[in-house]
Amino acid sequence: MSVQEKSKNDTSPAPVLIVQVWRGDKDGAFQTFEVPARANQTVLDVVTEIQRTQDETLSYRFACRVGMCGSCAMVVNERPRWTCRTRVDELEGGPLKLEPLRNLPIVKDLTVDMEPFFNKWRDAHGYFEPGENPPADFAIVEPSSPERQAADEGIECINCGVCYSACDVVSWNEEYLGPAALNRAWTLVNDVRDCGQDARLTAVTGDAGCHSCHSHMSCTEFCPKHLSPTFSIAGLKRATSNKLWRRR
Amino acid sequence: MNPVLYLAQRGTAFVLAFAVTIHLITIIYAVRGGLTAGDILARTHGNRAFLAFYLTFVVAAAIHAPIGLRSVLREWLHWRGRSLDVILALFSVSLVILGVRAAFAVYGA
Repeated sequence: MSVQEKSKNDTSPAPVLIVQVWRGDKDGAFQTFEVPARANQTVLDVVTEIQRTQDETLSYRFACRVGMCGSCAMVVNERPRWTCRTRVDELEGGPLKLEPLRNLPIVKDLTVDMEPFFNKWRDAHGYFEPGENPPADFAIVEPSSPERQAADEGIECINCGVCYSACDVVSWNEEYLGPAALNRAWTLVNDVRDCGQDARLTAVTGDAGCHSCHSHMSCTEFCPKHLSPTFSIAGLKRATSNKLWRRR
Repeated sequence: MNPVLYLAQRGTAFVLAFAVTIHLITIIYAVRGGLTAGDILARTHGNRAFLAFYLTFVVAAAIHAPIGLRSVLREWLHWRGRSLDVILALFSVSLVILGVRAAFAVYGA
């Protein structure tokens, strides 16, 4: 889909991009648009151009446009991606196909309800537990310590939902906590200051928890931050198994 | 799946990896060597090592298979609740009964 800037003397028709966009809710259908193909345009640019010039009722979500907020994630040509960081000319040829993230309720068009996703963060105890009597002084955590390094490997998640959309297990088992929530739980399991580990390990256990992961690694394959939730989930499997031995 | 089922499934998978390999090599060797059913039974009859191997095999399979089947049924048929666990416990017991019966039949006890 490489597009060169047209020279001033070039009278040939401007190249056009065919875009199939999901419209409506889960019972909706694709609507086809044509937008001018431009050099270096991102998928988010395409969606914005459709909304501003052809159909202002098109719903989609974005904020930062530079890969920091994670709110513009969609399924582009069958793969979940950040649309702001996906250039059209990086994609394979043919019509551009845009759908809302999978495994989440569709609000309208390309917008999904993220509430189930964030509820699972809460259910996985994906929040810091300072305990009843937090220490008055700063905790000293060596950057080279194994726990700190394990936390570092998963800490950059920005909650975009790409991994959740890519996860087969979520599509089969809607109770499954999902890669992002479990990855977050793993970073906290490695936080030596946290006082809620027993409850957290219990929360990530069971049929909705880490042991239901099939290690398909779709989350790792598609994560735009190049994190590996699969390895975080493997860490939780080890931690919950170790807890089992410790109890006896 | 809880950690107990997870560890049981992984532990029995480790046992089955060896057991299935030995089982396959043995049957291929026996068939290619031209042994008849009578020849094979003559070798297995009264062989305690054979019996111990296949009893281990049966127990590992009876633990491993229902746990895997449980995940399949939950994910593909959305079967939930106690009925699923009861059915799979019965399935596990059936595997043990059938497997032990077969092992002893070939052992000749």
